[in-house]
Amino acid sequence: MSDFDYTLVEETGKQLYVRALCDLPPDVRRALAHAYEKESQPGAKEIFKTMLKNVDVADGKKTLICQDTGLPIYMVKIGSGFNWDGAEVKERLTEGAVRATREYPFRGSSTHFLTRVNPQTSVGERLPVFYFDFVKDADCLEILMVPKGSGSENMSKMKMFIPADGINALKKFVLDTVIESGANPCPPGIIGVGMGGTSDLVTRLAKEAIARPVGQRNPDPDVAEMEIELEDAINATGIGPMGLGGDITTLAVHIETAHTHITLNPVAVNTQCWPARRARAKVYPDGSVEYGY
Amino acid sequence: MANYFLKTPFSEEEVRQLKVGDIVHFDGTLFGIRDLTQIYMVDQNHEPPVSLEGMPCIHTSPSLKKVGDRWEPICVGTTTSVRMDRYSPLLIEKYGVRAIIGKAGLYEDSLKAMEKFGAVYLAIVGGAAALETRQIEEVEAVYWEHLHPEALYQFRVKDFGPLTVAMDTHGNHLYFDVKARAKQRLPEIYKKLGVV
Ligand code: SF4
Repeated sequence: MSDFDYTLVEETGKQLYVRALCDLPPDVRRALAHAYEKESQPGAKEIFKTMLKNVDVADGKKTLICQDTGLPIYMVKIGSGFNWDGAEVKERLTEGAVRATREYPFRGSSTHFLTRVNPQTSVGERLPVFYFDFVKDADCLEILMVPKGSGSENMSKMKMFIPADGINALKKFVLDTVIESGANPCPPGIIGVGMGGTSDLVTRLAKEAIARPVGQRNPDPDVAEMEIELEDAINATGIGPMGLGGDITTLAVHIETAHTHITLNPVAVNTQCWPARRARAKVYPDGSVEYGY
Repeated sequence: MANYFLKTPFSEEEVRQLKVGDIVHFDGTLFGIRDLTQIYMVDQNHEPPVSLEGMPCIHTSPSLKKVGDRWEPICVGTTTSVRMDRYSPLLIEKYGVRAIIGKAGLYEDSLKAMEKFGAVYLAIVGGAAALETRQIEEVEAVYWEHLHPEALYQFRVKDFGPLTVAMDTHGNHLYFDVKARAKQRLPEIYKKLGVV
């Protein structure tokens, strides 16, 4: 084992949670500003203006963008060029989330599923949610933090279609899910879609999709085309910002895919609210940390 | 779409002139309520210690800080209203509440009560808690403190809004209308997407 000081990971875990809650990524700001420009209905335009103003107020006062601080998700990529202690990373990030909650301080939302007791730590049994992945030719620890609020998370849906239903069933499912969600997930957010894999993988893919910068297309041109098609279809519904009617119902559709079984055809939708919050950091073996989005 | 600037308490007349799609800002008193507040008040029969007559109520569970015997707002946001739908007609009929503020709207019984007794549903921009908190000048009182963060809160607000009239006294329901229109457009959208 190296003598790397893991308190740095704890501090980063804490900073990331607070940053994600207070500082909206530039791509999301741009998408909202663009929506404000493009929106033709005056009521909806007023709503976009308010969203942008809210982001500014949060900047100026260093306050929370939204009161729902959500459940913490840490997506971690471990570079193989350094001997990272994975167990230590997990423990320290968990402690970081607890410290963010207590020291900022903000309302913790994690709750025991049965007793409904809230420890006011934002963590608990199997929380934070962790995704671990490994990267060759990198020595850093890349951590992407996503706080997930309940209004949008409650609208998540997964379905196992059969191969005979084809890709059209998946597209229709995405569109129908957005219409059904209506005003609840604070639209217009990012519609994250998973296609392929198993029931668990497809759900995870949908979650990874919402964590992508707004409008960054899937590298597969066929999938990217489907993203655009679905965006147009969703915006044509006229549900609009906050479900009150307007031209823009989604900032972007992001699709993540995986190979699946010859007899499976799964799809999942995960919605992210208009404050599509996330924060990223790269921790290097020499103890330097680079923050981003 | 008209713009209104109001002061609390709202009169029945003021509220009846509002139509869905109108934008409202107001100054004055705002009461914060949530699930537990209403369970305590309605299901467990506790009379509110303050009059709600003519007042707006917002669906919130605020983050406050107690400094001495005063409360300061840390973060006040708005929660989804539907969970509290069943209490709304009573708030309107029995306690004279003139506006319910929240996100995502309420159902038919609330709409009927609004029409009959003169009240509206005002939709706030959800997720915009930083701005909302700034519009709160003071936490004037916290009643039923043992229920905090779901007590009964009395805020003094300035230029509170923008709020979109989403349910009015004329039987209009903006969320229903928007959804119905989306469903109407659906066959065309399906066709374009090539899924039918
Ligand atoms: S749905 Fe999202 S933006 Fe809306 S209140 Fe919940 S966490 Fe905030």
